[in-house]
Amino acid sequence: MSKADELREVMRTEGAAIAENTQAFNEGRYESVADLEDYEELKSEARAIKEDAIERLPELLDELTETVEENGGTVYLADDAEDANAYIRDVVDDREAERVVKSKSMTSEEIEVNDALKADDVDVVETDLGEWVLQVADEAPSHIVAPAIHKSREAIAELFNEVFDPEEPLETAQELTHFAREKLGEQIVDAEVGITGANFLAADTGTMALVTSEGNARKTVAATDTQITVAGVEKIVPSVGDLDPFIELIGRSGTGQDITSYVSLLTPPVDTPVVDFEDDETPLSEFDSDREFHLVLIDNGRMAMREDDQLRETLYCIRCSACSNSCANFQSVGGHAFGGETYSGGIATGWEAGIEGLDVAEEFNDLCTGCTRCVNACPVEIDIPWINTVVRDRINREGERPADWLVDGLVPDEEDEGAPLQKRFFGNFETVAKLGSTTAPLSNWLADTSASRWAMSWALDIDPRRDLPTFERETLVEWAGKRDSTVSDPERRAVLYLDLYTNHVQVDRGKAAVRALEALGVDVVVPEAPSSGRAPLSQGMVATAQDHAERVVDSLSPHVEDGRDIVVVEPSDHALFQREYEKLLDSAAFTDLAENSYEVLEYVYGLLDNGADGSALTTAEGDEIAYHSHCQQRTLGLEAHTVAVLEECGYNVVTSDVECCGMAGSFGYKGDYYEVSMDVGDRLRGQLQAEGVRDRPVVASGTSCLEQIDSLLERQPRHPVELLVD
Amino acid sequence: MATTDTSFERALDELGVSVTRAESDTVREQIEETAIAPAIGVPLAETFGDTAFSLAETSVEVDPTPATLRDATTGVTGAQLGIADYGTLVLSLTERASELVSLFVERHVAVVRAADVVGEMDAAIEELDAEFSETRGSAILATGPSATADMGALVKGAHGPKEVHVVLVEEGE
Ligand code: SF4
Repeated sequence: MSKADELREVMRTEGAAIAENTQAFNEGRYESVADLEDYEELKSEARAIKEDAIERLPELLDELTETVEENGGTVYLADDAEDANAYIRDVVDDREAERVVKSKSMTSEEIEVNDALKADDVDVVETDLGEWVLQVADEAPSHIVAPAIHKSREAIAELFNEVFDPEEPLETAQELTHFAREKLGEQIVDAEVGITGANFLAADTGTMALVTSEGNARKTVAATDTQITVAGVEKIVPSVGDLDPFIELIGRSGTGQDITSYVSLLTPPVDTPVVDFEDDETPLSEFDSDREFHLVLIDNGRMAMREDDQLRETLYCIRCSACSNSCANFQSVGGHAFGGETYSGGIATGWEAGIEGLDVAEEFNDLCTGCTRCVNACPVEIDIPWINTVVRDRINREGERPADWLVDGLVPDEEDEGAPLQKRFFGNFETVAKLGSTTAPLSNWLADTSASRWAMSWALDIDPRRDLPTFERETLVEWAGKRDSTVSDPERRAVLYLDLYTNHVQVDRGKAAVRALEALGVDVVVPEAPSSGRAPLSQGMVATAQDHAERVVDSLSPHVEDGRDIVVVEPSDHALFQREYEKLLDSAAFTDLAENSYEVLEYVYGLLDNGADGSALTTAEGDEIAYHSHCQQRTLGLEAHTVAVLEECGYNVVTSDVECCGMAGSFGYKGDYYEVSMDVGDRLRGQLQAEGVRDRPVVASGTSCLEQIDSLLERQPRHPVELLVD
Repeated sequence: MATTDTSFERALDELGVSVTRAESDTVREQIEETAIAPAIGVPLAETFGDTAFSLAETSVEVDPTPATLRDATTGVTGAQLGIADYGTLVLSLTERASELVSLFVERHVAVVRAADVVGEMDAAIEELDAEFSETRGSAILATGPSATADMGALVKGAHGPKEVHVVLVEEGE
């Protein structure tokens, strides 16, 4: 099956349940974290604890080993899955266990311990209800927290009725839960060995934290006499005292619960008596608590990730699932498409690249569009999109060189190897756009001929259902060069940083920006500028992006030295200046650029806030409009500025609240992803077509959002700055 | 203090956990009223080290057999701490099988002393940190009934109790 077919199939069969559940989790997260006064501080605290713990990991490992042994347990440090499974099989064999009950653990999925035990004829039973559904259905988890999220109640009922053939067919969630509880309850009390994961391990006391809702992990430990806990080495924190921020954040970040029903803080072997559940004579307290405890710590690539400056951050992940739920693409396709061997969602790229290898990460890495909506959601402040970018870059470099004749002239020297043809085309939009404007209208005519559409879809896999940009003959720079500033005694002076679209394609919004700023007393210059590097960066071409970043600094810093503010029209470029350039530039250059640049409506907001005369702008009288902010702009907290300016100008504004429009730069142009992009876009369409919104003109800040909305609606959207001037 | 246990009550209420207040001398009565038979329990002195709280002379069977445990509807145990912000109960794991009694039943009745209710999570964690360093003990932070949404809608009572009731004891000043 082609990639597009695979994605279509997964959306058809699982899309509805995934969308409903992930969006509910995501909304729950927004509500739940809003209740936390010190949310940002808790995240930073959590981050600091993880940074420190991974830094000191070897030392903490020794300490944990010592304490667990003091407590009467055994620690086994396994190099890889095979090593871990061999040890676990021995323990189960020594216990002569016939049945092993398990509580949910992604790490045990990673090592595939169930298969290993089954090979020894051990009955392995998953006790988490979601995991059990999947075990019955023989399917893999599609979400790191709610493994059966892709299955609807109807599908589960059908499965149970078919497999178990109960006297009365099961139907409601209540009936299904009750049935599973009874069935599993019998199996749990009958098991000899309990396998759990661990969310955290405290080195100084050997205490493990298990975050659950159902109570199955508690039973798994309490009802068996041999506890095996499987955990990645990265789960170690110094002490129980460090757990507070994680306990407060993990449920809120993931499923939107303030806290899950049970957070077990166990220092195994636990004191609960080991009882014979059939016994009707001996009081509970007369059973002794003879338990064995085995802690199996898994390396499986993690120690190498710790040494890897780019992948190290992955080890801070507490597997809360916020990066899955907040991801627009994940909301459409779920973890079976957006995931690897074990892990799914945004951070899966880091995990799978580190544990399985780049080839596994490659299969789904492109589904991260770098929209950054997960960045603020992550409780340990991981820059998930950056990890995705780095891995993409590594994949490109490992890949084969594309045929030279197709890319000649499109490839800067920095990407001396690797990036596939399509990536290079989108990554080098600068060259394409320049050619486009010089030859417009010829280029426009060419782009529209069926032969060239065919060539593009064949060679570059640009989906034929997309319109290609229409180039303007006169660029914004040329237009600006021909006119004189209307400001004689400027309040401030600015340099407009132009993205390629504003310069070559959506020239009108650039003109509006210049006029609006001038109306507010700003002297504006519009120089030719190198493109930001957003396009190559999103294709994982890090070296090219870095070269762009350096050229941007070279071209803008003289203006900054000259006392000009940098005003940026395109939010994704502005986001680059504020975020990603930190990774690409030396810190002085980055700070200088970041501190002096503003998104255009943010700048207008600042001018008005500092006393500029708003009456010079075009105003409205309660005109109703709908505004779709840009994903990266929202991550920077800059949606509010646009809304405030529009309201100040007299508009009645409603805003969309989808995480992303689905276009996400070049993503929606690609043949493989066109349908995912449109599915994501459908959610935005739904909001813009809702009662009370349907008749409002639409404004949007991002280039790709404008393109996407243009294809979603009859109404043509505009950039908000265009409303500020006639 | 009054405000702490009022916010504890409010949080419990939001979780669907019912609460009754009692004085030391009415604890027994409250337990009797809220423990639906057949009921079993763990001696409260286990948690509180205080014989004033006792399940003696109630219909709650203390220290039952495993078979009785499996047939019981209600399990009564003490809770070492309450956490007001979250409506969380801190249940210690003891050799007297409090873990089994609070988990293998449909209804868990937890006795909490108002004086043991702390305001915030971090205060409780700090306390447990200090305690565990000494005892290497274990505890469950239990918040509301056991629940799952794995079967397509939220259902209370997955593997653990589907109802929780709290008896909040104010000791006479
Ligand atoms: S990367 Fe962050 S948001 Fe994603 S699962 Fe890990 S901790 Fe949660």
